[in-house]
Amino acid sequence: MSTVTVYVPGDASAASVGADGVARALEIEAAKRGRGVRIVRNGSRGLYWLEPLVEVVTPVGRIAYGPVHAAQVPKLLDAGLLDGGPHELRLGDMAAHPWLSSQQRLTGERLGVVDPSSLDDYLAHGGYRGLEAALAMAPADIVRAVTESGLRGRGGAAFPTGIKWQTVLDQKVARKFIACNADEGDSGTFSDRMQMEGDPFSLLEGMTIAGIAVGATQGYIYLRVEYPHAARSLLRALQAARERGYLGVNLRGSGRDFDIAVRLGAGAYICGEETSMLESLEGRRGEVRVRPPLPAIKGLFGQPTVVNNVVTLATVPVVLARGAQFYKEFGMGRSRGTIPLQLAGNVRCGGLVERAFGLTVKELVYDYGGGSATGRPIRAVQIGGPLGAYLPAAEFDTPLDYEALAAKNALLGHGGVVVFDDRVDMARMARYALEFCAVESCGKCTPCRIGSARGVELVDRIIAGRTNGARNGARDIKQDINQDADLALLDELCDTMFNGSLCGLGGMTPFPVRSALKHFREDFQPSPGAHAPSSNAAAAAASVRVG
Amino acid sequence: MSTPGQEKLQRCVSGALVRFAHEPGPLLEILHAVQNELGCVPAEAVPLIADGLNLSRAEVHGVVSFYHHFREHTPGRYVVQLCRAEACQSMNAHALEEFVRGRLRIGFGETTPDGRVSLEAVYCLGNCACAPSMMVNGELHGRVTPERIGELAREWGVPA
Repeated sequence: MSTVTVYVPGDASAASVGADGVARALEIEAAKRGRGVRIVRNGSRGLYWLEPLVEVVTPVGRIAYGPVHAAQVPKLLDAGLLDGGPHELRLGDMAAHPWLSSQQRLTGERLGVVDPSSLDDYLAHGGYRGLEAALAMAPADIVRAVTESGLRGRGGAAFPTGIKWQTVLDQKVARKFIACNADEGDSGTFSDRMQMEGDPFSLLEGMTIAGIAVGATQGYIYLRVEYPHAARSLLRALQAARERGYLGVNLRGSGRDFDIAVRLGAGAYICGEETSMLESLEGRRGEVRVRPPLPAIKGLFGQPTVVNNVVTLATVPVVLARGAQFYKEFGMGRSRGTIPLQLAGNVRCGGLVERAFGLTVKELVYDYGGGSATGRPIRAVQIGGPLGAYLPAAEFDTPLDYEALAAKNALLGHGGVVVFDDRVDMARMARYALEFCAVESCGKCTPCRIGSARGVELVDRIIAGRTNGARNGARDIKQDINQDADLALLDELCDTMFNGSLCGLGGMTPFPVRSALKHFREDFQPSPGAHAPSSNAAAAAASVRVG
Repeated sequence: MSTPGQEKLQRCVSGALVRFAHEPGPLLEILHAVQNELGCVPAEAVPLIADGLNLSRAEVHGVVSFYHHFREHTPGRYVVQLCRAEACQSMNAHALEEFVRGRLRIGFGETTPDGRVSLEAVYCLGNCACAPSMMVNGELHGRVTPERIGELAREWGVPA
């Protein structure tokens, strides 16, 4: 019998729930049965509640099974998994799965589909067509195409990519750099990781196009050290691209040079801020730089530098291969194209949802997410990472685009959406936002360094004040007045941090804090019994046993 | 006369310098190389690296102490990094944290007295759709439960 190809994701998240064990079990059990298997470690398609998701190549196409546990492999093989046989875990053709078929995957088109270690597979799935197109264009035309596509920075700042590139192109100096920000530190986000693990060549191609467009010959990927799987995937892809002449001197015989190096971060959230990332790339403490000058004028090693996020750069090949007009037709208002949303936290069906801008929170959380993982009512979502606002259920009709969220004093950031059920204590989440800021502050400016520490103390006092009257039923009026004063002081502190901080860490920590205060005021006020520490701890302990 | 430990340290640092000193902005690369080999960046490595790169000791120490990833002391055989970020909190990472501390009888930033396990806090491992998460010696674990921690603790040889 001929060798059967089986896909078992090598994606970090899939591995975290047992994919490596499944791959080993498949090899062993197939050998026992005298069947030849070729196991491909693909990326994840992003339906994480179905991981580990195994796909078998059959004469009628790829047939999926999931979630598969290593212990189930013998029985699955007995049921004829290698021939696409029936089993309760059989999901059929993933491309037809409604969770995927309703998406508009452009940037993530190849995720979970291709073998990320194979340049040939990348080429067979439309890879490097963007670079081919770019090599036939004048640099200014490449930049114009990116500008016209409406692509904005997917890292969170949403700055128009083409305009940034134009600034770098306009600098008449010999040495320029492309710096890819792969320091994806926001909780609830993993699209950069998926892209690098599942389709690393798309990032390399995007960076190469950027280099050719602005006249840079060296690129750096600043990758967070928490992503060892992505590091391995990128290094493998870099070697393959160099060997085949897609990187290096005179790439593809074009007369242009471009190469890329991976540099590891060292566990500092602040290094996701572009200027502190540049400091870190130069081998220093990741303290933010005062702007101006902009990195596009004076960036890495003092040279003009394009700093873009992974998803932004990995989207560039789509724009060049299919045209600015094609990309621009997706989306709404000033938010053009697609956005890889990441659905995470307490949600039944979490994962990657790439859609044109405009999907509402409700559609994402209920239609895709299927409600909370615990089965309890959803009380809040946090959008855009630790510096993003909390939205209450009453605001779930808000579309997920840059302007609509800004109008609600919220932000889309890097597109992560974290779901919380009704047991969340929003005062504790506000405290956590300030604590996180204190832990991760680079220390350069006072509002962030000191403000966050004072904020933690203040929220601690507010939390302690909530139990006023809880024990004896008689409220202490003086204590209530103090509570109001503390809440006013917290708001004032947020104002100082928002207006006075050097960068987004201190400047945006007020978003989660203020949104919690605004939408969930009751969690900060004395309410006898409801927040008594004992009942909270009991609820937490109970849910862990369930989970 | 130098002790065997110092010799190893010197060999390690000069190896890292040879590999990376010619690159632009090489300090983080060198610190990673040293920590990968020795398990930490000992204080005695700082002057050697500073000399090699023509930096002051303060500059090198400033970088080592700025980044959470670099440590000055050898950690336990198993480094358990528990995620404390929002997505994991939404899946009750708090209670898990209490359980781990109780099971290991140590807090964040501490190592068990027998040197087996170190516990560290991390803020997001990018595994947010499979929360709560932790990483053990570079291996990622998702949908972590107290039961799973109990199994692993036995594997690590932590007395019950």
